[in-house]
Amino acid sequence: MSTNTESDVGKGNSVHPGKPVMVDRYTGGARINHWITAGSLVLLALSGLSLFHPRLFFLSALFGGGQLVRAIHPWIGVVLFFSFLGLFLRFWKLNLWKREDGTWLARVRDVLTAHDERLPEVGKYNAGQKLVFWSMSILIIVLITSGVVIWDEYFAAYTTIEQKRWAVLVHSIAAILAISVWITHVYAAIWVKGTIRGMVRGSVTGGWAWRYHRKWLRELVAKPPAKDEKRTAAE
Amino acid sequence: MFPPVPNPSTGPQSPKFGEQDLMRRSASNVTPPAERQTEVAKLIDVSKCIGCKACQAACIEWNDTHPEIEENVGVYENPHDLTPDMFTLMRFTEWENPETNNLEWLIRKDGCMHCEDPGCLKACPAPGAIVQYSNGVVDFVHENCIGCGYCIKGCPFNIPRISQVDHTAYKCTLCSDRIAVGQGPACAKACPTQAIVYGTKEEMKKHAEGRITDLKSRGFANAGLYDPPGVGGTHVMYVLHHADKPEIYAGLPNNPTISPIVEAWKGMTKYAGLAVMGVAAVTGFLHYMVNGPNRVSEEDEEAAERLTGDRSS
Repeated sequence: MSTNTESDVGKGNSVHPGKPVMVDRYTGGARINHWITAGSLVLLALSGLSLFHPRLFFLSALFGGGQLVRAIHPWIGVVLFFSFLGLFLRFWKLNLWKREDGTWLARVRDVLTAHDERLPEVGKYNAGQKLVFWSMSILIIVLITSGVVIWDEYFAAYTTIEQKRWAVLVHSIAAILAISVWITHVYAAIWVKGTIRGMVRGSVTGGWAWRYHRKWLRELVAKPPAKDEKRTAAE
Repeated sequence: MFPPVPNPSTGPQSPKFGEQDLMRRSASNVTPPAERQTEVAKLIDVSKCIGCKACQAACIEWNDTHPEIEENVGVYENPHDLTPDMFTLMRFTEWENPETNNLEWLIRKDGCMHCEDPGCLKACPAPGAIVQYSNGVVDFVHENCIGCGYCIKGCPFNIPRISQVDHTAYKCTLCSDRIAVGQGPACAKACPTQAIVYGTKEEMKKHAEGRITDLKSRGFANAGLYDPPGVGGTHVMYVLHHADKPEIYAGLPNNPTISPIVEAWKGMTKYAGLAVMGVAAVTGFLHYMVNGPNRVSEEDEEAAERLTGDRSS
């Protein structure tokens, strides 16, 4: 029952007792993967918004003008797609919906008022993080699909104008939703102190894990001590 | 017969319209001039067209384009479609009239209709890449064009084409550079049967009336003018012998309008989208202001130490 595999806690995750306790949360590979995704998402949002509303066209200057935005934006999209695919393959199992996620979500008021002690113990990800993960996964599939349809440079001949009209509408709505999800994601990381460190340095404190992801911490502690698993060999 | 546009004087002239006459400018706000210039129009009388393609040749010559030489695939259209180098195209349809059992050869000169309500301009994200002058001409300004192809999605007539050479959109300009100095469009000038005539929109409507009366007297009961109100009327109009069925003329749309999908994208979505993103950001900010950061306490750290301590002991 309690056979903890890597996929329950996350690859390379382990506890280092001490004062404070440190917990490895993200491997170097996962972090690089994440920041490539983050960087391309920011560039996509800026370039996409410049074509979305005339008032935001000035953003195209960041990319060297409208012609360059038109040429570069789809390619950044390709980078994001494959980069996110990497994140998806790394984390999809950890984001499967569990029973406690419903309870966590039902107590969203306690979540927002930082009464974390009233929330059920959760694994590596809480319900909010899982919702970000799955909505981003779906939105990115929608964005890449509709994006290819309106990538006239290479794919103009494969769809009708009517299909392209739908694609451009769907693309802009999906982009708005993705940016909104991204704002939520970034805000949560800023609000919950000690989180950004997890994605920058790869580790969080034991207290952080205890407070927000106690089930994950318990599983890590219960994991047979990694005798042969050297810390640097995590990746 | 409508009098052809007279040859202009050879002396230099200043253009009759320009920046100050802009009614609309893509992705920007302009104050339209207090007084509109007389609306101009090109009238294409399909019943008079003989399909000689002199208009195409004149268009190529005046605009100095170089359409690719293509394979003959057994149709009269040449080139096969409008291209970035071919702003106007004779489209040929062999249509059997079910009432008379006669074969009618319908030849329609396709090209930009210069809509009063231009879908291309509404869809365009690049400031000043598409402009509309108060005389009705809709023109593409290539140095502002970014080649995104949104105009293609906005256009109800499938007219603009993106060049793979300079990545900007091309279409008929109504010879804005010629009519600005009192010359007619090149195609009208070249047309040997006066199937294409050019003048003010009022003159063109009046001239069309005479043509329609004539066609009706010859048995074309449904002859009429194609000036579709769904796009606010156009500055290129057709006299059709079967105006009740424009679609038989190589798919000329019956009552074209800017697609509701494009209207939704460029209307509601644009404003609602900014609002949604703005609300998300502001909500985050307010939440932080009210609640402050969510911090790990000393007790949390100690609890973690106890938990891991159990293991190491």
